[in-house]
Parts: sequence; structure tokens; C-alpha cells
Amino acid sequence: MTETTRRGPRVGLFATCLMNAFRPNIGFSAVKLLEDAGCTVEVPASQTCCGQPGYNSGDYDAARALARQVIETFERYDYVVGPSGSCMATIRHDYPVMFEDDPDWIGRARAMSAKSFELLSFLADVLGVTTTDARFEGTVTYHDSCSGLRGLGIKGQPRTLLAGVSGLEVKEMKDSEVCCGFGGTFCVKYPEISEKMVDDKVKNILATGADTLLGGDLGCLMNIAGRLKRIHAPVRVYHTAEVLAGFADGPGLADGPREYE
Amino acid sequence: MEIRSKEFKERAVFAIHDASLQQALGKAGYGFVGKRALQVAELPEFEQLREEAKNLKDHILDHLDHYLERYEQAVVAAGGRVHWARDAEEARRIILDICQRVNAKTVTKGKSMVSEEIDLNEALIEHGMEVVETDLGEYIIQLAHEPPSHIIAPAVHKTKDQVSDLFEKAHGGPRKTEVPELVDEARRVLRDKYFRADVGITGGNFLVAETGSSVIVTNEGNGDLTQTLARVHIVTSGIERVVPTLDDATLFLRLLARSATGQETETYTTISTGPRRADDVDGPEEYHVVLVDNGRSKMLAGRFRDMLRCIRCGACMNHCPVYGAVGGHAYGWVYPGPMGSVLTPLIKGLDVAYDLPNACTLNGRCQSVCPVKIPLPELLRELRHLQHQQQLSPALQRRGLKAWRYFATRPKLYHAAEQVAVRVLSALARNGRIRRLPLAGAWTDARDLPAPAGRTFLELWQGKRGQP
Repeated sequence: MTETTRRGPRVGLFATCLMNAFRPNIGFSAVKLLEDAGCTVEVPASQTCCGQPGYNSGDYDAARALARQVIETFERYDYVVGPSGSCMATIRHDYPVMFEDDPDWIGRARAMSAKSFELLSFLADVLGVTTTDARFEGTVTYHDSCSGLRGLGIKGQPRTLLAGVSGLEVKEMKDSEVCCGFGGTFCVKYPEISEKMVDDKVKNILATGADTLLGGDLGCLMNIAGRLKRIHAPVRVYHTAEVLAGFADGPGLADGPREYE
Repeated sequence: MEIRSKEFKERAVFAIHDASLQQALGKAGYGFVGKRALQVAELPEFEQLREEAKNLKDHILDHLDHYLERYEQAVVAAGGRVHWARDAEEARRIILDICQRVNAKTVTKGKSMVSEEIDLNEALIEHGMEVVETDLGEYIIQLAHEPPSHIIAPAVHKTKDQVSDLFEKAHGGPRKTEVPELVDEARRVLRDKYFRADVGITGGNFLVAETGSSVIVTNEGNGDLTQTLARVHIVTSGIERVVPTLDDATLFLRLLARSATGQETETYTTISTGPRRADDVDGPEEYHVVLVDNGRSKMLAGRFRDMLRCIRCGACMNHCPVYGAVGGHAYGWVYPGPMGSVLTPLIKGLDVAYDLPNACTLNGRCQSVCPVKIPLPELLRELRHLQHQQQLSPALQRRGLKAWRYFATRPKLYHAAEQVAVRVLSALARNGRIRRLPLAGAWTDARDLPAPAGRTFLELWQGKRGQP
């Protein structure tokens, strides 16, 4: 038996910018889920951003500079896993495109792409995890974030894993696959359109009667939670990983410590 | 029409606050999306058809010159004529010449987006002709003096009440309020125009190289009457609409109606080949095809070639949440939604249509429903890249990107800055959130900002595990 299989795969955790700054609890949830599944998790300190803000703004040079940095930082791991469909889709899909015409980097970009995964799809599709022994009291509704859904095919995995959480009931919302209006810098470049989109999303969430919203991308969740709180809607918001790890016992996103006492 | 894409933001804001528009958009959007989903569910080979259609379109585009020449030969063999128009002006000139030569007074038109693209109506009217749109939606917006807001449902932004008002004003009442009555009234008015028409102009959903035929699909039969009853039939079409054989056209027909309106097939699929022959009971005396380039061959040569696969079904806009929020007029030109956000900057200029590729969340829903698998989000990003290269993006954005790159490529500095930011934001927060933040009004005008936890994840992690 090789050392790798004995200790489980060695996973580099991609600590996404928003998670790192706004919601460390998601990072710790990811580590717990990965370690429970037998992985050895490391968090390289020299990581920053995947480069997506530059790429989507048309600054391909900047995006490539960041992509090279990610590749150099993470290529020593068996897998690179992050709790975001958006960032991980950038690595999986866009890196090989970014370096299409760069013979020095295309091989490394493709290798990085092949071993990079969004957290829940990694747990379910690669490691075969079907349940975590978490408990969560509440009725939840799940928002399918666009990059995860269409870029990485994340649809069934979170639902399967959530079905195994005791005390939790899922109520699907109408149009769960429609964009919430975040879109990275879109939400501040076109705030009125973004507001209309997030309002539509919020209406669909409220129509389910669920007391909790879950999703897999912090950007979308911050957008939706921010709107929910602005209209004083009594809906808690967590990243799916927080619930699956059993770490959703503290305040939800944008909630104070005594929000629902 | 004059391009007004520069006013996208203003027009979008207005659209969001226009209650009638929002009512109309809400109804229509769900109708198309739901019906399409049902059709797709009932056709197990739908995905396979998409792949075949994409591949066939790519083949056609690889050999476009060949198929266009074959098509022209076949049109000529059937007694028709093909005219090649480099741009909008040349296309207008060609059509105007034909109309003037046959001394046309009344021109009927089936729905044609290319004719919108080349500003045809204005040119004909300016030269004294009566131009009558015969597609019900086009007729409604013609009465309202508005451009179409959707490529297959041009009056989708109008409510029934607004149509009642327009008809009462144009036809002299009494005011009709039920849809069947309104349709009957339009049919009665239009019937007379068909018989008076000297020239009938239609678009061409497909041009068949094998037979020299043009194929149009409609739900009202107006296209048939337009092209059969006038003395002269003119087809206006983009050069990319040619398909090799009739059999190939059926592949696209199977995808078109399902993707567009969620129908198995449109009510009328009409194939016309050349002018009336000696033993035909009806048909036009002359048959012309005006093939419009207007930027398409430039697209063919570059990185936007995939866009030429478009069969103009409108599925991308039906599924676009931005289109759903603001409607078609906000986009400011002929083609709205995702496909329009690619085409408009390419045809009219990256600067005048700056906002269109940017006003998109890159959510990818359009690509997932496109019957010919156009990677619309990638093309939109590619346009942003060109805009960035040409320094068309706002200076503030370019400076922001520079600063972001400077920090993000220096991890220690980046983390130090993040640590300061989360401490400041945490100090500003109350009850887990920030309600107002200077310089961040674009976010906080509509939403609270969730507060950070006081420390970054990387800080906390190093405190706990202390590993590099």
C-alpha cells in the first residue's frame, strides 16, 4: 500500500477569497468533511485568488498571472478542492482555455483542471460519500448556483447529501436554477437589474415557506442573504457545507448572534 | 432604427419600473420556458439533434462560399435572382430599386429581422410606399411606432389592454377586449392589404442550396399570403442561413419550433422556389433573394464564428434572467438578449454597445438551451476582452483591475490587506451585517452586507493548525 492510499488523498484546500474574508466557518466545514472522508487536508498560505474577476472583466493577462500562481501553489496535491462552484469552474474550465496557445503552461493547466473539484462534487463523485452524520433542525430550500450547476453539473450531489441530514426537510423553490443576480461585479455594475433578479429569487424562496436557504457559492449567498435581511425576511442562510459538517449551529450569514432567540 | 444601446443602463432602469412591461414579461417568459421544457422532455433525441445541428452548421460555415454559390445557381435555375448586399445600405438600395422598378405602392412584409437590421421600412416609407407588417406582433408594434422587443415575439412587451387601445385608434373601434376579437380585426384589416400588395417581403429561416428554395415558418400564415399574393416576392436573409439540402432543413425545423415557442412545429412551414411557373395557379411574377452580409463574413473569419450558427429561435432571451428583468427595448437595437449582446457590438461597434456584453452574469442558461450550442457566455467574455484591450472599459474599472492584480499576485500583501478589511468591516457591523457602507452604495442600496467574522480563514487556520 502506498503512503497516499494509506493516508487518503492529499488535498489542497482552495480557500476562496469571499470565504476567507467573510465566512471562515465554510472553510472549517470543508476541512471537516474532507478529513471525515479520509483526506489529508492542507491549506497553502501563499494562495490568493483564482483569477476569475480578471478573466470575466476581459483582463486575460491578469487572469493568467493569477492562474499561474494557483498552479504553482497547488500542483503538488493529489486534488485541489474548494467550497465554491464558481472558483472551481474557473480552474476546471477556464484554465485550459486561458493557456491554449501557451506550450509552457497548457500541460500544467490541464493537469490542474483535471484534479480540481468543487467540494460537494468531490465528496460525492470522487470519494463516493453518500451521507454525513449531521443534524439540522429546519426546512431548507436550495439555490442552484449557476457556475456549479451548468459548469460542473452540481445538482444531485448536494440534494443527496442533504437528504441524509437528520431533522432537515428540503422544499424546492420555483426557478431554483435561475441566476440570483450576483454575477460577481455584475451586481455593482448593474445594481438595479441585480436587485430585480435577487428580488425574484427572494420571492421564490419565501414562497416555499422554508426557514433556511442553502447554496454552494458564497457570492450568491451573500447577495441573497443581504437582500433577505434588508427586507427583514426571517430566513437563515448557510453554505451547504456548514450544514453537512454540523457547523451550522452559529448565526447564519448576515445574522447577529441573537437573531432568532 | 437608430442604435440606442449606449443608453442601456437608463433604459433598463426604466424598464424595471414599467409596470405594464413587467406584467407582459412575466407572462410571456414563463409561457415559452415551460412549453419548451415540455417539448424537450417529450423528444428523447433532443440533445442528439442539438449536437447534429451544431456539427452541420459548423460544416456549412466551413464551406459557406460553396453552399452560397450552389444556392444562387439553384435560385437562378428556378427563375429567381440573387442579389448580394455587403452592408445595410446596399441591401436597402437593392430592395428599393426593385420596388421602384415595379412601381410599388403597397409593400407587405412577413416578419424579417434582417429587414429590421437594415432599416428597410423607413427607406421604403421615405420613398412614398405604404409598408404593412403582416405578422400580428410586428403589426402591433408598427401601429405603436416601436421596434420589436423580441426576435420571435416582437410585441411581447405589450399587454392585451395596450393592444386594444392601439387597434381602437388605428381601426376606429369599437374597442375589442378579447384576444380572438382582436385577432379577427387584424386579420380583416390585413386581408385587404395582401390583395393590394405589389411587393411582398419575407425573411428566410433557411435557404436550401439543393433546390434554391427559401423556407419560412409562421404561426399565422401571414408569410404565405405575403409571398404568394404580391406581384413580386423579395426574400431578405443573412448569408449564414443557407443549408445544403431540404433534408438538412428538417433537422433545424425540428429544433426551431421547440426551442422558440415550445411547439412541436409551427403552424405553417412554407417553402418557396422561384416565381410562378406557367402551370402554377398562383405565386409572384418575380422572385428575388437579397443576401445580406453586414458584418457576417468578418465574423466568419474570426473568433466569433460560432455566433453564425444562430437560427434566431429566441430561446436564449427567453431563458435570460437579465432579458426577463428589462425586456428587449433596453438593449437599444434590433437583436436583444444574449444573442443580441453578441451581435450588436459586432455589427454596430464595441463602443456604442459597450454595456451589452457586460450586462450579463455569465450564468450560462442561454448556452444550455441554445439549439445549436453557441457558447454565448464565452463570446460575451471575449467581447469584454476586446473592449478591455481597446481601453473601452471605464477607467475606474481598469484601475481597479490593476490594483487587484498588484495585490493578488503578492500573497503576503494581499492577506495583510484582507486582514485590515475584515477588521474594519467587522467593526462597522451591527447584528451581523452592515446596512450602509461609503462607496459601496451599489451593494448596500438594495442589500445588507453580511459582516465578516473578524479574522480571515487563513489567519484562524494558521492559529489552529500552524502549518504553512
